[in-house]
Amino acid sequence: MNLKSAVLPAALALGLLTGAAQAQVNVMLPAGTGGGWDTTGRQAFAAMNAAGIYTGGVNFTNTGGAGGTIGLAEFLSTSTGSADALAVFGAITVGAIELNSSPINLAEFRPVARLTAEYLVIAVAANSDIDTLEELAAALKANPGGTPVGGGSAGGVDHIALALFAQAAEVPVADLNYIPQTSGAETVTGIVNGTLVAGISGTSEFSQFAEQGRIKILGVTSAERRESLPDVPTFAEAGYDVELANWRGVLAAPGAPDDNYSMWVENFAKLAESDAWKQVLATQGWDDYYLGGEEFGAFIAEQTETQGQILRDAGLVN
Amino acid sequence: MSTFELLMQGFGVALQPVNLMWALIGSVLGTAIGILPGIGPALTIALLLPVTITLAPESAFIMFAGVLYGAMYGGSTTSILINTPGEAGSMMTALEGNKMARAGRGAAALATAAIGSFVAGTIATLALTFIAPAIAELAFYFRPADYFAITVLAFCSVAVVMGRSRTRGFISLFIGIALGVVGIDAMAGQPRLTFGMMQLLKGIELTVVLVSLFAVGEMLYVASRYRSVPGTMVSIKGQSWFTRNDFKRSWAPWLRGTAIGFPLGALPGSGSEIPTMLSYTLERKLSRSGEFGKGAIEGVAGPEAANNAAAAGILVPLLTLGLPTSATAAVLLAAFQNYGLQPGPNLFSNNPALVWGLIASLYIGNCMLLVLNLPLVGLWVQLLRIPRPQLYAGILVFAMIGVWGLAQSWVDLTIMALVGLMGYVMRVYDFPIAPVLIGLILGPMAEGYLRTALAASQGNPVALVSTPVSATVMTIAVLIFALPPLLKRLKADA
Repeated sequence: MNLKSAVLPAALALGLLTGAAQAQVNVMLPAGTGGGWDTTGRQAFAAMNAAGIYTGGVNFTNTGGAGGTIGLAEFLSTSTGSADALAVFGAITVGAIELNSSPINLAEFRPVARLTAEYLVIAVAANSDIDTLEELAAALKANPGGTPVGGGSAGGVDHIALALFAQAAEVPVADLNYIPQTSGAETVTGIVNGTLVAGISGTSEFSQFAEQGRIKILGVTSAERRESLPDVPTFAEAGYDVELANWRGVLAAPGAPDDNYSMWVENFAKLAESDAWKQVLATQGWDDYYLGGEEFGAFIAEQTETQGQILRDAGLVN
Repeated sequence: MSTFELLMQGFGVALQPVNLMWALIGSVLGTAIGILPGIGPALTIALLLPVTITLAPESAFIMFAGVLYGAMYGGSTTSILINTPGEAGSMMTALEGNKMARAGRGAAALATAAIGSFVAGTIATLALTFIAPAIAELAFYFRPADYFAITVLAFCSVAVVMGRSRTRGFISLFIGIALGVVGIDAMAGQPRLTFGMMQLLKGIELTVVLVSLFAVGEMLYVASRYRSVPGTMVSIKGQSWFTRNDFKRSWAPWLRGTAIGFPLGALPGSGSEIPTMLSYTLERKLSRSGEFGKGAIEGVAGPEAANNAAAAGILVPLLTLGLPTSATAAVLLAAFQNYGLQPGPNLFSNNPALVWGLIASLYIGNCMLLVLNLPLVGLWVQLLRIPRPQLYAGILVFAMIGVWGLAQSWVDLTIMALVGLMGYVMRVYDFPIAPVLIGLILGPMAEGYLRTALAASQGNPVALVSTPVSATVMTIAVLIFALPPLLKRLKADA
């Protein structure tokens, strides 16, 4: 009994020590396990390992909630100034920071790489009278309140896509009847049973229901038509300036040492070129959306500006 | 694909050696906690939640199913041998079962309980297999107003039926709803009740509340009540085994118990107490032997079957509509959410391997439990010799490690201490726990459906009762709420 009570804590301590010694990079995944950000982070490091770019240990932390702002706040307080500290985030974080008046400023972090994108589609019920984006725009213009549109969380990319569409179609953003739904499947259910006139979600979530013949996809937010959806026009083709992707990327800690920071920018640049990563993109159905280092920083700044303006126009943020 | 083919695929999942191992672990664990008084399946699954997050979802759910069914088997053993129900559903079993044991027929009582549980579990699982997909398809056509009405019905029935009084039930329910409101409002993206704390933005984790209420609150309560090992154990050595006559007297109660238990289990609020009580009363009325009260085998066979059938019944609304109807179902729902899965009509199309694997494992678990329980009864009751202080303290420590492991958050631990104390106070003053959980889970759902329905109709409240389903369900909810006091008043006037 005495031996046992002495050995157990010792073994535990040993386990913790070896665990700490092996983990060379700490990665914050500001979402629950199994979600998009979690998968992006874990798959990126698995691919790096497979391609021999970075084979050291990785210590992942999952802190979910509020569009990633909770995890990033924790990352800020624990990792500022440290080397080998990275965090995954994405387009949704930008809107969430504005909405929750979060103290986080994305410009403080050091931008490493933008990695993936998923484009959005807008759809109506298969038996709807609306067949084109123009007809949907006309319906929105005639009666914005009576044309409820569903999608992801308030202020998220789906909401912003609708707001951009409304702006391009000269419908006041504040008049839109946007109803957040808990999942893409829930949005489809709402479209099918007539609660919602239209819905917005990621390509992968809607295409299976379009194949089942439950919904009609009217438009996609990519610059060019998608290979998987050859008959779906882009918003730009229809004359609406809506080009938007649900992108995901990686940040380094604020004040990270320069040489360490450039090493990680380099690593992710190599990752984007690797076959292992291309394999991941293919299996997950993600688009390559790589942009490295400071260029990514400029992109974040621009997104912060445009998304903030849209949220103010929608009356969601003062 | 037909239901049968899907079920066969499910067996393919459940029969993988690794999943068989998890089913066995679940069954053993379930039987063990069923035997120990004060520890139920809800507590056990809640404690396992943080630990199983790294398992594949199929394996975790197969284990949970084993715990759920195992607890039902184990509970009856304690009831019969020491006259202390291991869990609420075994209360009725103790009435006749313990008398049988004292009259030297304990082995027969254990056998009828185990075989009855097996028969009921199998029939109810069969019913679940074929009913659930049909309901899931139907659910695709439900509108937000319909769902809102169903959640209101669940609220009313849970608050009215559970616990000692309606006032207590509703207070518990509203505590749950209030906890559910904390965090970011899903519709407008605004923080609510977060008191400026970042950590509260993501809301109060269901798992944390579950562990606090069951592990902390319940353990404090049980520890404050059980001073010594209760009762004396009846030994079953040398007693007569299950006879042909026993079987003749048992089969009809098994079937009647199943018929009562399965549909009642599917209804919100009935839990396992009401079906077992109904079954016991029915058997007592039907009996002509005059043995009731002195150890009638029918009084063990019926309630035990009803108990197991109800356990399968709660899976119907849970899997098809995402609607938990009991504390255990609430815990299972939390397990689904832990894996980022939302039970409901889409679960059947998106995760067929998981759903059918779970259903198939119920069949396998039943066979395993029969083998585990009949010959090994003597071994199981040894568990009752574990000293209580160490057992309860161990559970508390395990619970704290589990909650810390979820997110390494001090806020979670503080919530755990506060909610745990609240749970203890609630138990002492007879407030039911289940409505808190139902409120916490269904509150945000009800809010989402209510606001979607209202927004889609541009704020016209008539939309809430404009479909046949919503109007009917809402009327039933109002009746459940208003009828009993009305009848009481009429009776008093007459």
